[in-house]
Amino acid sequence: MLKVSSYPHISSETTTRKIMFIVIAALMPAFFGSIFFFGIRALIITLISIVSSFACEALCQAIRKKPITINDGSAILTGLLLAFNLPSCVPYWVPVVGAFFAIAVAKQVFGGLGYNIFNPALAGRAFLMASWPSIMTGKWVVPRLGTMSGIVYSLPVEMTSNATPLTALKDYSSVLGLPELLNAKSTIYSLFLGMRGGCLGETSCLLLLIGGIILISFRIIDFRIPLSYFLAVFSLTGILWLLGVTPVTPLFHILSGGLFLGAFFMATDYVTSPMTRKGRWIFGIGCGVITVLIRLWGGYPEGVSYSILLMNATTPLIDKFTRSRIFGH
Amino acid sequence: MFKNFTEGIFKNNPVLVLMIGLCPILAVSTTVKNSLGMGAAVIFVLILSNVTISGLRKFIPENIRIPVFIIIISTFVTIIDYTMHAFIPELYDNLGVFVPLIVVNCIVLGRAEGFAYKKGIVASFLDGIGSGIGFTFAIFLMGTIRELLGSGTFYGFNVLPQGFQNNPVIFIILPPGGFLVIAFLMGIMNHLKRSQA
Repeated sequence: MLKVSSYPHISSETTTRKIMFIVIAALMPAFFGSIFFFGIRALIITLISIVSSFACEALCQAIRKKPITINDGSAILTGLLLAFNLPSCVPYWVPVVGAFFAIAVAKQVFGGLGYNIFNPALAGRAFLMASWPSIMTGKWVVPRLGTMSGIVYSLPVEMTSNATPLTALKDYSSVLGLPELLNAKSTIYSLFLGMRGGCLGETSCLLLLIGGIILISFRIIDFRIPLSYFLAVFSLTGILWLLGVTPVTPLFHILSGGLFLGAFFMATDYVTSPMTRKGRWIFGIGCGVITVLIRLWGGYPEGVSYSILLMNATTPLIDKFTRSRIFGH
Repeated sequence: MFKNFTEGIFKNNPVLVLMIGLCPILAVSTTVKNSLGMGAAVIFVLILSNVTISGLRKFIPENIRIPVFIIIISTFVTIIDYTMHAFIPELYDNLGVFVPLIVVNCIVLGRAEGFAYKKGIVASFLDGIGSGIGFTFAIFLMGTIRELLGSGTFYGFNVLPQGFQNNPVIFIILPPGGFLVIAFLMGIMNHLKRSQA
C-alpha cells in the first residue's frame, strides 16, 4: 500500500519532547548554581514559574479546545528560562504574572508552540520590566561568596553595594578608579564563576558555558548563533574600548549581564530564530550590535533580552532573504 | 430605519469591526474620564456633520465633496474644541491634540462619504448616533480595562485593593498596552460574530 505523506520522509528519534528535555538538562548546572549563589529562594521562584507556565499552557489549550500538549516540555522550559531572567528577591506573584504573559499572550494567542513570533520567556520578562521596573531592577541579592558588583577587594565606594556589574558601569563609571576595578583580574574571575549580583540564572558564565557545550555537542543548537553573538559583542566593544568610548575591556562586556544565558539558550530558540545558516550569522551579529548599543547608549544597563526580542521580529525577513535558491531557478 | 442606528453599535462597530479611527482610541483611552470625553466629542461632531452633509448633499459638487466635508466637519470640531477649552479645561488638556484631530477622524469622514452623502437626513442622523455610540462604547471599554489594570481605579475612584494599586500593571497604560488591549477586544468581537453567524 502506498502511503502519501508530506516531507520529511526520513523519521528520526528526535522529538520535540526529547529536545526540550535535553535543553532543560543543559540548564541544570546553572540552576543548581543559582540555588548555591542566591539560596533557597531561587529554587522557590523557579518552581513557581515552572508550575505557573505548565498550568497556564494546559488551561489555554483547554479553553481553545486544542489537544493538550503540556508533556512536550516546552512550557517547563519557558518557565525555567523566565525564572532565570528574574532577580531572586522578587515577590512570589511576579513569576506567576510573567508566566501568564509568556504562555497565554506571547505563545498561545499566536497559535501555540511553533507559531510564536517572540521568545515567550523574554516576552514575559519584557512585560514585567515595563510594568514593574522598580521590582525588576530595584533590588538584587548579594550572591554567596561574592559581592554585588563582582569587585572583590577594597570596595571603593558604598554606592556599588547595590549595583550589578553593568549598573556600576552605567551609573558610576565616572567615579575615579572604578573602571580599573571592574577590569581587574579578580573581578573578571568572579564574573566568570558567577559571584556577582544579577538575575538568578544569568550570573555564572562557567555553568552556562557547560550547558551550552552540551547543547552544541548534542547538536541541539547551532554554534553559529552564539558564536556570531559573542564575536559581534567582543569586536564591537573591543573597537569602542580602543577608541575610549567604553572604559571596560571587551572581556568584561562578554562576561557581564545575561549574555551567556541569552546567546546559548534564548537566541537559539528554534521557533524564533532563522533557519538558514547565513541567516543565523546575521541574527547573531544583529543581537550583538543591538546589545552593545543598548548597553552603551540606551536607557537600560543591559540589552541582551531586548536585542533578542528585536531580532526575533526580523527573523521572518532574514529567512526570506537568505533562503537558498532552488538549482536552476 | 432602526437598523441604521444599531448597525454602528455592534455589527459594524467602527472601531472593533471596521478598525477605523484607531489613533484616538489608542492614545486617549488611558482613563475612563478621557474616554468618555472623547466619545462625547465624537458623537457631537458625527451627528451634526452627518445631518448637515445629508441636508446639503444636493448642493455639494461631486468633484470637490471631500474638501467640502472637511470644512463642514471642522466647523463642528472648532465648536466642540472651544467649548471644551472654555468649560472643561482639565479634560481638554488631557485630550490634547486629539480633539482638533477629529477633523480628519476616519469614522466621521467615512460616515460622511459612505452614508450621509447618499441618504436622507433622518437616516443620517440615526447613523451618526449609532456610529458615535459604537465608538464611545469601544473607547469606554478600552478606558475601563486600561484604567482598572493600569492604575487600579475607575473614573478616578479607587476600586481595587490597595496592594494592587501600589503595583499596578503600568504596561497596560503604556502605548504597547493599548495595542494589546484593542487586539484582545477585536479578537473577542470576532469570536462573538463568528459564534453568532
